[in-house]
Amino acid sequence: MAKKVALLQGNQACAAGAVYAGCTFFAGYPITPSTEVAEELSNDLPKIGGKFIQMEDEIAAMAAVIGASLTGSKSITATSGPGVSLKQELIGYACIAEVPCVIINVMRGGPSTGMPTGPGQSDVMQAMWGTHGDHAAIALVPSTVQEIFTETVRAFNLAEKYRMPVQVLFDEIVGHMRERIVFPEPGELEVINRTAPTVSPAEYKPYDATKGQVPPLASFGSGYKFHVTGLNKAADGFPTTKAEYVDAEERRQVNKVMDNVADIESNEEYLTEDAEVLIWSYGSTARSARYAVNELRKQGIKVGLFRPVTLWPFPEKRTSELAKQCKAIVVAEMNLGQMVYEVERAAKGNCVVVHEGRVDGEPINPGQIAAKVKEVM
Amino acid sequence: MSQRYELRFSGAGGQGLITAGIILAEAASIIEGKRAEQSQSYGPEARGGASKSEVIISDGPIDYPKATIVDICLAMTQEAADKYANGIKEGGLLLLDADFVKNTPQGNFKVYRLPIMRMAKEDVGREIVANVVALGAVVGMTGVVSRDAAEQAVLRKVPEAFKDLNKKAFNLGYEKGKELLN
Repeated sequence: MAKKVALLQGNQACAAGAVYAGCTFFAGYPITPSTEVAEELSNDLPKIGGKFIQMEDEIAAMAAVIGASLTGSKSITATSGPGVSLKQELIGYACIAEVPCVIINVMRGGPSTGMPTGPGQSDVMQAMWGTHGDHAAIALVPSTVQEIFTETVRAFNLAEKYRMPVQVLFDEIVGHMRERIVFPEPGELEVINRTAPTVSPAEYKPYDATKGQVPPLASFGSGYKFHVTGLNKAADGFPTTKAEYVDAEERRQVNKVMDNVADIESNEEYLTEDAEVLIWSYGSTARSARYAVNELRKQGIKVGLFRPVTLWPFPEKRTSELAKQCKAIVVAEMNLGQMVYEVERAAKGNCVVVHEGRVDGEPINPGQIAAKVKEVM
Repeated sequence: MSQRYELRFSGAGGQGLITAGIILAEAASIIEGKRAEQSQSYGPEARGGASKSEVIISDGPIDYPKATIVDICLAMTQEAADKYANGIKEGGLLLLDADFVKNTPQGNFKVYRLPIMRMAKEDVGREIVANVVALGAVVGMTGVVSRDAAEQAVLRKVPEAFKDLNKKAFNLGYEKGKELLN
């Protein structure tokens, strides 16, 4: 049977991906340019027995997502930069309480209200360090409508597998752009569900590290009772200030991600084998970069593209390797310089690292990237 | 690398030019099986203001989703013509609404005029289908998708009660667009 195809916006593909992954709960406070994610899910979720709630504000929406997830529902919210700023306290809460959830950030410019209908990529550091305290983060940065679908599914998988919030960041361009998508059949993409406890409710401890780096999570309403708090806590979930517990728990929560980078990372490389100059770019800007690579290659310039799909954890190993091979790396991103600092750090002085940015609400075009490549040749 | 064909529909917000772009992209990608992408840019206004919708059609993968060198540009208003009738390739096409664009943008491209809003109002009977008249004209002028594919795509998009109206609008635009280049 022929697969179902459609011409969809990135935001619509995101909603479809959420449903495919088994999402049954959305809470949000619709904001441009992410609104279509909410619009689609308000239509789709009730049909599959799910819940859609438009909350009174962004903070409440994030709280509802955490609450719903603790009852066992795969939960999502969608917003843009101003909303993600408001959600930070609760994103930190989801980190320490280890509650799986997915946060979609369709990026526009900023700070504050910025330019609602224009694209931006200036929330990428916020995705890692927006909430305070030591923590690990997972952030995915798809660049096509099809990839928004698959990465939304993967975001749910990673959230459930590692018991934590996962952010998916794309910008207004891919969020609003329409392109053809081929819907995966049920079963074609892996769908991961959280691990439930095997012990009795009386024996259950929600943060029991002896059960593994990611302890099983019981659902409220299934007979298991436990304490959930933003305070540092012992295995039973109750607050503690005992140094050995606090230290071990903080480290476990970071290590559960950093020990599994190989499972979480995802990158695409294009013509990097013989590249002398590397363009390091993600999201919609990587599309301009790929176009620029093709144009430059026609002129005999040995240039390649490294495109992270997992932005956090940072693709440290491969970026370091490529820095040893290349003369220069051009980091193209729609901001005044964010990921370029991570690339510089990973390059360890082995090559020149330069930034090509733009913040006027227009995309970085291929010509702009090509000119920068020629400048560093 | 594959051939890109770039189209830009511009006018006032609320004139349905984003919809026209979506219909064309569906005709190309879903009905004809080519690669097509539609993107848009608009201001914060719900109505009014200049808006544009771009469609890229290609036989291969489309990396950069915005226009690089425009093959054909449509401008329905003076503001849109002033703001968006640029980046048109040498020898490319610019279609203007004859009544609403008085100052003709200058450049190394061919300029054509049709009273699109007036045709929709007087010949088809409803101003609201001006976007479909315009789409018909652009398809008639360029042949970038077949007449059949475009008509099918229009009809997939509109409710039953408006099918005849839109069919009439599309075909009127198509015929007039084709005549322009003869």
